[in-house]
Amino acid sequence: MPERLSILIAEDSAADRMLLSTIVSRQGHRVLTASNGLEALALFEQERPQLVLMDALMPVMDGFEAARRIKQLAGEALVPIIFLTSLSEGEALVRCLEAGGDDFLAKPYNRIILEAKIKAMDRLRRLQDTVLQQRDLIAKHNEHLLNEQRVAKAVFDKVAHSGCLNAPNIRYLQSPYAVFNGDLLLAAYKPSGGMHVLLGDFTGHGLPAAIGAMPLAEVFYGMTAKGYGLTDILRELNAKLRHILPRGVFCCAALLNVSFQRQEVEVWNGGLPDGYLLRRDGPRTALVSRHLPLGVLEPAAFNDSCEVYPLALGDRIFLLSDGVLEACNAQQELFGEARLLQVLDANPAAAQLLYQIQQALHDFSGQQQDDVSLVEVSLVEERQLNRPPLAFADSGQSHLLDWSASFEFRGETLRHFNPLPFLLQLLLEVQGLRPQGGALYTVLAELYSNALEHGVLGLDSQLKQDAEGFAEYYRQRSARLLQLREGYVRFHLQLLPEGGGGRLVITVEDSGKGFDAQALILREMRLDGLSGRGLALIRQLSERCRGSADGQGISVEFSWSPDA
Amino acid sequence: MEDEYPVLLDTFVLDSEERLLVLRKAEQAGDAQNLRLAAHSFKGSCSNMGALLLSGLCKQLEEAGRREQLELAPDLLEQIEREFAIVRILLKSERQRYRR
Repeated sequence: MPERLSILIAEDSAADRMLLSTIVSRQGHRVLTASNGLEALALFEQERPQLVLMDALMPVMDGFEAARRIKQLAGEALVPIIFLTSLSEGEALVRCLEAGGDDFLAKPYNRIILEAKIKAMDRLRRLQDTVLQQRDLIAKHNEHLLNEQRVAKAVFDKVAHSGCLNAPNIRYLQSPYAVFNGDLLLAAYKPSGGMHVLLGDFTGHGLPAAIGAMPLAEVFYGMTAKGYGLTDILRELNAKLRHILPRGVFCCAALLNVSFQRQEVEVWNGGLPDGYLLRRDGPRTALVSRHLPLGVLEPAAFNDSCEVYPLALGDRIFLLSDGVLEACNAQQELFGEARLLQVLDANPAAAQLLYQIQQALHDFSGQQQDDVSLVEVSLVEERQLNRPPLAFADSGQSHLLDWSASFEFRGETLRHFNPLPFLLQLLLEVQGLRPQGGALYTVLAELYSNALEHGVLGLDSQLKQDAEGFAEYYRQRSARLLQLREGYVRFHLQLLPEGGGGRLVITVEDSGKGFDAQALILREMRLDGLSGRGLALIRQLSERCRGSADGQGISVEFSWSPDA
Repeated sequence: MEDEYPVLLDTFVLDSEERLLVLRKAEQAGDAQNLRLAAHSFKGSCSNMGALLLSGLCKQLEEAGRREQLELAPDLLEQIEREFAIVRILLKSERQRYRR
């Protein structure tokens, strides 16, 4: 049973009006009557009837004009207008439709046909109503979704962009909503100098692809800030993603550990397209994916082995997401690696590379690509970076002075565990040391790698004279580390109050053959190859540096005054 | 339409008398356009009341107006008035049946 409608009848002939209104009200509808177009319009505005029966020819204002104005007033809602007419010429009927009429009813009126037409028009009217409601609902849902994305993006930006993507040696290209394509680009200064960079690409799109970005960024920034190395971070990222993400969702990623002081880069690529090491002069090296993406493997099966490459000033590392290679043109061809290499072959300058790739993509596909992420990291002098001081989350009220501690890390531990973050966290509880945190990190890292690599593992830093030897050095390093059963590295930390400030003495000893540290320091300072930077750096950054009495270790000192 | 029926009959008679006046004026003024419109409206009402002969005459007058053949109007109008006189008598007697 159709609902009771409110129907406006506009008809100038009194008899016809009466006849019609009687028929319509007997069909159960509420009737409003007008004897000309102007009256009809006024009644429409006042009563908003749902359907109009309109005579075409009327005095004062005819039905055509009234129909036009009523349609205008009705806006998006459908108010069906049925023209009442004995007009028979085609042209006049066309005029009715052009004025916004939806149907005709010829005189003499037929009750049954009229009823059927009112019902049909009511169906149409409800359909339009439903469509409008659904449109509004969809618009509301869409607005809701966009709003959620805005909020999610704002939160995400806070987390993800807390790093150093704005560092002068990083150039990148990424759509602002890339995170909803699953793309993620992070960069952070390491406390010991240098930086970590991560380019990730989660499977899928939208919120499910973005959801893993938050824990990924948190782990990346948190662990980098605490001084963890790339392998520890990789293991943690993999374990965390594996734990929280559903099966089938994972993150293709490449991680870089760029050391400006040692002029090296450590690379891990799991599932991203080949990155490239672009040398200022010399061949380019592909940074090939050798691992499964993050979040796929059980922690025990995960492989954290990285490749290490020497860098020179002006060398660049270029990473990309697979959106670049998979960009399609109108013929459904892929952009592909060959086209990318063409751009790289032209060897564009640093400022040009990303732009030229973007241009090539645009020329190829004829449209803007929004799931493309590109990043280029250059090796520069560290002092060019203007890195901010280390930030600490605690209140800075605690005072730890006057204590000493010794640690000995032995074979099995040295194979799996990086003791530096642990030691650094402990030392930075001392307020006075915090301003020198960066130098402290660097010196500890150098002392530790010197003790481990040269002392415990017996590696010869002379090997690192050229790029081949460099690779050999790192090959030997992992081979010997794997077989390590014995040996130790000891840290003796001593904190002493001194004139209102304090002094830290660190002595590092190892189980190696022993050496005349004093002579080594002097010799290393003169070396200008790839090897000697470590100890030179220690001397430069610490206040005092000398070989320990028994020749088994090196001792460095840091001090601070009360106002520091 | 039991209650409304006599009222409808009265309404139609009154309405028609007015329309005849309009038709006569238009014919005298030689206004083909108004003649056509008035004849058109009257035609619709007549058809609704079942006065088919009258409706047919109105249609001829509407056509004449449309073609601006005003020379046909006096004769048609006279036929319409004659026919309406008959219709009115019939409606009046119909009306009698409903007088209480």
